[in-house]
Amino acid sequence: MSIPSAPHHPLTDTEVRRIRNDFPILDTQVNSRPLIYLDTGATSQNPITVLEAEQEFYEQRNAAVHRGAHSLAVDATDAFEAARDTIAAFVGAAVDEIVWTSNATEAINLVAYSFSNASAGRGGSAAARFVIGPGDEIVVTEMEHHANLVPWQELAARTGATLRYIPVDDDGALRLDEAATIIDQATAIVAFTHASNVLGTINPVAELVALAQQHGALTVLDACQSVPHLPVDVHALDIDFMAFSGHKMLGPTGIGALYGRAELLNAMPPFLTGGSMITTVTMERAEYLPAPARFEAGTQRISQAIALAAAANYLTETGMQRIQQWEETLGKQLVDGLSQLPGIRVLGPAAGVQRIGLAAFDVDGVHAHDVGQYLDHQGIAVRVGHHCAQPLHRRLGLTATTRASTYLYNTSDEVDAFLAAVAGVRPFFGVK
Amino acid sequence: MSDDLQQLYQQIILDHAKERHGAGLLEHDGVGTLGESHQLNPVCGDEITLRAILADGVLTSVSWDGAGCAISMSSASVMTDLMQGLGRDEVMDLVDEFRTVMRSRGRVTPNEEVLGDAAALAGVSRYPARVKCAMLAWVALEEALLAANR
Repeated sequence: MSIPSAPHHPLTDTEVRRIRNDFPILDTQVNSRPLIYLDTGATSQNPITVLEAEQEFYEQRNAAVHRGAHSLAVDATDAFEAARDTIAAFVGAAVDEIVWTSNATEAINLVAYSFSNASAGRGGSAAARFVIGPGDEIVVTEMEHHANLVPWQELAARTGATLRYIPVDDDGALRLDEAATIIDQATAIVAFTHASNVLGTINPVAELVALAQQHGALTVLDACQSVPHLPVDVHALDIDFMAFSGHKMLGPTGIGALYGRAELLNAMPPFLTGGSMITTVTMERAEYLPAPARFEAGTQRISQAIALAAAANYLTETGMQRIQQWEETLGKQLVDGLSQLPGIRVLGPAAGVQRIGLAAFDVDGVHAHDVGQYLDHQGIAVRVGHHCAQPLHRRLGLTATTRASTYLYNTSDEVDAFLAAVAGVRPFFGVK
Repeated sequence: MSDDLQQLYQQIILDHAKERHGAGLLEHDGVGTLGESHQLNPVCGDEITLRAILADGVLTSVSWDGAGCAISMSSASVMTDLMQGLGRDEVMDLVDEFRTVMRSRGRVTPNEEVLGDAAALAGVSRYPARVKCAMLAWVALEEALLAANR
């Protein structure tokens, strides 16, 4: 496998315009205006190489993987496993530490249900580390996406464990002082987001991991908004589990991945069970394959995995460092521009503090849905609502906000056009 | 700004969104029966609590408390103006008529004589993502009446 290498010079608007040519959808007109796509935080667009990878698989190699001995099946299996190699390398993991899931939500549920199954006695003594119950604590943060909150609420409810959370301050930053007292001997799991999908904050992973490790707790990182946007190395982060989704990193929907330390994955009882994850099956019981196959029951998302590898290659060839720098530039432009507009409150870190290239904001006197509708009429696609983070919005005294999120294909001209449009919102709705 | 957008957000809608006729929940004065409904749009967090009082088959009072976009709030306001004092069956018919317009994707022209200011919300029907906003208060009224009727 050859690892593509990226140029070193920073991305520029000129280069981004070239990049845009690789994304057919970016030529679309919306409401008779050129599409300005600022909703990558929800889902990203796909370069032609990703679309072709999926088509090429169906045209030339389509077969079920890990079963059957005919040539097509062998070909498909090779491509499927090569995709795993690519994704493992992309996040610095060993290949057997990457489990395919349908999305990040399923990846987090997989971990939660493994704990649950271990707590119900499945997995035997090898799974003792995953047994939790009354007296044990699961710690999350107040800024989590529902995907990294609700599965833990459910796990706590099923096992009798207690769910606790690290609060955020008025700017939405994690209260690390509180974290130091909340994470203690009773803590079994610390689950938190790497980068907030609402605030854009990049959380201090090292501090939280150190606290968790000090007390023997396992860490679960929601990397949905980091893996697509900045270089991530799971071993450098020293986390135990990490979930991320394909469709937020130029890949197709229906595919995501769970990273887990090999020794942990191999000790965990399975979540979904059925074909392809077993060694011996009798009418009474079954024995399971080692990870990652243990967690991949049933026919897999083969074309999606292959297309996701094409997406990772596209990102690697462009350069994750350069993408991160470019988005920092756009993020700064967004925050600086929005902060200068009257009646706009930008959530998250103040201008000048590091953030990923997104900004969620409240427009005084105009509901987010109306803001979104106004922008849509100018061809600008943003996200409105609570962004699957109701507790965070409630903490910040809001029910819904508007979010603009950028990627490697957004130009600074687009951000300017967006800012000019936002400036027109309050006058249009007659808010003084 | 485009005509489409002005068609959606007509001045009368923006005015109702600010004035909010019927806003502020009224206490039950003992006459007739009170029905209450709480409706939430989980997509955007828009919500409304609505109280309806039914006396001798007539809707004598509509009051509500809500938070949401210009469409959902103006819709609650125009609905309050339209419905107060009407008979229960007439109210239910109007809710159905409004729903038909909203679900029509712009194909059904509203009868202004019948729907009053609510006819100005017809533009919403072209935006499927916003129909729920417009319907929120109407669904609440429907449910509150059913509760009052029990």
